[in-house]
Amino acid sequence: MSRQWKSRLFVGTMVLSLAVSFGTLGWLLVTTLIHGLPGISWRLFTAPPSTVPEEAGARPAILATVYIAVLLLAMCVPVGVATAIYLEEYARKERWYNRVLEVNIQNLAAVPAIVYGILGLAFIVRGIGVGRVLFAGALILTLVVLPTVIIASREAIRAVPDSIRQGGLALGATKWQMIWRQVLPASIPGIATGSILALSRAVGETAPLLLIGALQYVAFDPTLFGAFTALPVQIYTWVKLPDPAFQTLAAAAIIVLLVIVLGMNALAIFVRNRYRQRW
Amino acid sequence: MTAHEITAGDVGVTPVDLRQSKRRLGEGLIRLSLALCALVSVLTTVGIVASLLEPALEFFAEVNPVDFFTGTNWAPLFEPASFGVVPLIAATFVVTFWALLVAIPCGLGTAIFLSEFASPRARDALKPALELLAGIPTVVYGYFALTAVTPLLRDIGIQVEIFNALSGGLVIGVMLIPTVASLSEDAMSAVPQALRDGSYGLGADRLQTSLRVVVPAALSGIIASFVLAVSRAVGETMIVLIAVGQLPALDVDPRATMETLTAFIGATGNGDVPTGTTEYKTIFAVGLTLFVLTLVMNVISIRLVRKFREEYE
Repeated sequence: MSRQWKSRLFVGTMVLSLAVSFGTLGWLLVTTLIHGLPGISWRLFTAPPSTVPEEAGARPAILATVYIAVLLLAMCVPVGVATAIYLEEYARKERWYNRVLEVNIQNLAAVPAIVYGILGLAFIVRGIGVGRVLFAGALILTLVVLPTVIIASREAIRAVPDSIRQGGLALGATKWQMIWRQVLPASIPGIATGSILALSRAVGETAPLLLIGALQYVAFDPTLFGAFTALPVQIYTWVKLPDPAFQTLAAAAIIVLLVIVLGMNALAIFVRNRYRQRW
Repeated sequence: MTAHEITAGDVGVTPVDLRQSKRRLGEGLIRLSLALCALVSVLTTVGIVASLLEPALEFFAEVNPVDFFTGTNWAPLFEPASFGVVPLIAATFVVTFWALLVAIPCGLGTAIFLSEFASPRARDALKPALELLAGIPTVVYGYFALTAVTPLLRDIGIQVEIFNALSGGLVIGVMLIPTVASLSEDAMSAVPQALRDGSYGLGADRLQTSLRVVVPAALSGIIASFVLAVSRAVGETMIVLIAVGQLPALDVDPRATMETLTAFIGATGNGDVPTGTTEYKTIFAVGLTLFVLTLVMNVISIRLVRKFREEYE
């Protein structure tokens, strides 16, 4: 076989591997739309779950997911960014505890989400913490995506050139003034992109919530310290039911979840492309 | 007031000696609170290890670890109970095998294309689209495996059970393509251009350069992406819970229903198993097994990435 043909064959193989990804993505979106569109109605957003598919909705689950997203934003981003600032601007690499911290975060990023669920379960069972409530769910999801936020924020902070820091210090800024007024503003697009992606991952996360007891029948609007279920958990509950009408509801709820999650992804990509700085 | 109107000497101020600028209290407090935030992740690890270890040790006081790790009958909720974890581990690896069969070739192909062949414009368009694939919640993939992939497999004549390892594994594989692709692409992009130029100078074409120069040069990074993919596949829960099933049986036939480590935890952890019983402690024993399995792979992956970075960056 001539070089040229080998080359073409190879490019063909690569295009095929791309096609597997995008073909599956398209197939997934189309089948979900076909299955789910008949189930989309106002009832989905206004009614609580029910054993009768014609009356069932996902209002408590959707509300809980929104609450969780807000709580995550309030808890995960500040802690994550603070950790990233510490590691990039303050920590001396030659100290053993800073190296431990770094390796620890890399490891945590790859710990399966369900293991965090076991952590939550252990705490709840021992009566430490707040019990099987929405706040506990948000807390666990915070821990799940914290490493992702830290790693993304670190990359954003590292991308700010040192000349900016030197300039700030030379003008008499203290270290924190330099970080707060120069480094952070310059790294906000990167931090925002990473944080939004991490939040969207957390919003779609199901497994850890199962273990801390989100798998329950909740017929009322969620409160911070009350029993809860979340949208992905509600989907799982419906997928497990044999009645085809519930499958339609599951697909409809999936459409709602995908709109939220892919919307956040699109926002992240937009922020990155719109505000990205080239130094 | 601008700088040339007034100088330090005019108002009798002596120049500040910067060498003596003392540590401000506020600055120290800020540093301290940042370090405290960093401590959260250390405490998370400590919490995970502690919460897994104690019930798991209690479990192993009741169940012989040798029986646990070599037993081939998994029936913790039956009477008499049997705690052989081999079927769960076997099922985990069957699912992982089929996932890798999709994720590694497609992920590597995508990475080579993005790094060596695609124009910058194509790359800018394709990478966010791939991220979209990585952004889809796993519960959605599980639904997709159960309601779309399994029927398709049956339509093309593969006699799979409703819940089967094959469709779950294949879908996990597709989910992992972006993981493999983006890490491998990072590794290949970091290979110095001089190596490529040298290869072209010797008369190689783009295909030969990619396969014989760039891929070998980026190998440790590429393998790291494979190892991370294994770890992700082993730890994936919702897809296997929905599409692979909850029937522990020692089988390597991917058409059969199985129960993986994660599926057991997910299915049992939310049930009504009374706390403090041996059955309840199995969740933690299985969780510890899963944690150690993935931890080993993560450590290997991190080492490989570091080795790679040392070589070229």
